[in-house]
Amino acid sequence: MEEKNILEIRGLKSYFFTDNGVVPAVDGVDLDIPEGKIIGLVGESGCGKSMTVRSVMGLLKYPGRVVEGSIRFDGREIAGLKENELRDICGKDISMIFQEPMTSLNPVIKVGKQVRETLLIHDRSISREEADRRVIEIFKKVGISEPEKRFNSYPHQLSGGLRQRVMIAMAMICKPKLLIADEPTTALDVTIEAQILRLMKELRDETGMSVLLITHNLGVVAELCDYIYVMYAGKIVEQAETFELFDHTAHPYTQGLLDSIPRIGRNADRLHTIPGVVPNLLHLPKGCAFCNRCELAEKSCHDQGVELREISPGHKVRCIKPIEHKEVTGS
Amino acid sequence: MKYFLKRVIGTIPVLLGVVLLIFVMLRIIPGNPVVILLGEHYDQATIDRLTDLMGYDQPILLQFVNYVKGALVGDLGVSYKYSRPVTEMIMEALPYTIRLALMAVVFAWGLGLITGIIAAVKKNNFIDRMFMGVSLLGVSMPIFMTSLLLQYIFAFKLGWLPMTEEGTFASMILPAIALGWNSAGSVARMTRSSLIEVMQADYIDTARAKGLRKGAVIIGHALKNSLLPVVTMMALQLSSMLSGAVITESVFAIPGIGRLATTAINNRDMPVLQGTVLFTTVIVIAGNLLADFLYSVLDPRIRKGD
Ligand SMILES: Nc1ncnc2c1ncn2[C@@H]1O[C@H](COP(=O)(O)OP(=O)(O)O)[C@@H](O)[C@H]1O
Ligand SMILES: [Mg+2]
Repeated sequence: MEEKNILEIRGLKSYFFTDNGVVPAVDGVDLDIPEGKIIGLVGESGCGKSMTVRSVMGLLKYPGRVVEGSIRFDGREIAGLKENELRDICGKDISMIFQEPMTSLNPVIKVGKQVRETLLIHDRSISREEADRRVIEIFKKVGISEPEKRFNSYPHQLSGGLRQRVMIAMAMICKPKLLIADEPTTALDVTIEAQILRLMKELRDETGMSVLLITHNLGVVAELCDYIYVMYAGKIVEQAETFELFDHTAHPYTQGLLDSIPRIGRNADRLHTIPGVVPNLLHLPKGCAFCNRCELAEKSCHDQGVELREISPGHKVRCIKPIEHKEVTGS
Repeated sequence: MKYFLKRVIGTIPVLLGVVLLIFVMLRIIPGNPVVILLGEHYDQATIDRLTDLMGYDQPILLQFVNYVKGALVGDLGVSYKYSRPVTEMIMEALPYTIRLALMAVVFAWGLGLITGIIAAVKKNNFIDRMFMGVSLLGVSMPIFMTSLLLQYIFAFKLGWLPMTEEGTFASMILPAIALGWNSAGSVARMTRSSLIEVMQADYIDTARAKGLRKGAVIIGHALKNSLLPVVTMMALQLSSMLSGAVITESVFAIPGIGRLATTAINNRDMPVLQGTVLFTTVIVIAGNLLADFLYSVLDPRIRKGD
């Protein structure tokens, strides 16, 4: 079956031009989001996940900018689009939810009005009453109880989970083709996290939109995503369908992320963490960016860079010596 | 609303304290007011009679209580120098000061807000640098200097505007600019830094991600938040405006409250001085309440009891 991609990113490079030098926050990323699928983008904090999607939305902050690459949305090139043309797409065809529900809503405007605004921006002909009705309707859909009352609440009167539901309502109200969720549950506690993730899946099933779900926790994406990209130091280091990624993990970094998922039955104080820290993007090693933290690194890993290559259909990895898996049925 | 009632009631001790302070201070400074009032030719009998008449032989606490009692019903005593009720003199001077202050405020806030917003939007480019340079001049120039400079250039050299107050609108322009100049500078600087800070906030990203364009983001989402600190500062600046009015009114010969106070000092006319200081205190306190009120209108987070 031929899949159509709603979003295609090719060779995206977004750099920060700081006083100390050029920071390659996103350094040659290729990423596809097929229609109706939930795609995961995973990696430790600081590896460039947010900057990748901010490049799509035109939300990079000074001194950062897209220096190279193509971003095609629904067949149309949107990299380098004029600010106003991009704004017409954002909120309507592509919408985004941010990490911090506490600070992502304007503290001095009622939440109902903030959600309604999205509708009014993109549909100039809609009447106030109709817009209000639609807001109440979407509030119900995202599981906000007493929607009429909540309409007139200010953000500080709502809990973190409710605020994130408001953000989802705001993102969903124009029925976007693509929803980008940048760590939507990182700031929430575990039970709320599960609810919010379930809600996003339900909304996808119902509307058929595509979702790009960003997280630093592989455990979160496991049951939700169809396909997963793993990012490290501005580059994609591994990508595969979810089951393939979990069963045939090829990159030591991905393995490290998997080992650091807390699981029932595993001793908490034996919880594995990847040794070392994310390298400074200003002083990346000459070879593989992960080599200094990799237990399996060899001399060649330090000496030469490595390209992303396909090791099985739909499974790519950026590693000289990917982890081998002995197949039970093997040849 | 209850919150404001509380705040208003809370100002009463402040007012009483201020009155007491003025009262004591004016009595500590050397020189018998009765003697000053009488000038060069007097005898002891006259002094005694007048002292008795003005209540100066009574204990200070009693004088204080009597004064407060009078003030509550709008009686602030009688001027030594002019033998007229102080309240009447203040009411006569008030319109001049109000007009001056209003014009200065409109000038300061209008100019300050507009240049502050433009500077923030054009951050770090030529316009921003120019505006901020001028506004630095604004905040650092003493008001008497601004007054004299404006008077010299626009009234004396160019002759565009009258030198002193003549009861016309045109004659108030220079004093208003002189008085508002300082505030315009600080409003501009504060608006700029506040707006720049707010533009970094997460909810600005949300607004842009919704599809709002830059202008709409600034007007609809950034401005209200960035004005919170500015509004407070503007209302608090009322007090510096009033002290500035004393100077401006002297330079431009405007018969307002400020000049009433300076003349009273020169004449050792205590009831008038006392009255003007009390009156100004009330206005400053009202300014603070106004700041509080505006803040809570703008910021739902500090609105109490809802
Ligand atoms: N304002 C900035 N100036 C310089 N570098 C920045 C700036 N913002 C982000 N970066 C760089 O971009 C990298 C990626 O950030 P980000 O995409 O936010 O990571 P995450 O994967 O946690 O979302 C950071 O590690 C940092 O080096
Ligand atoms: Mg991030």
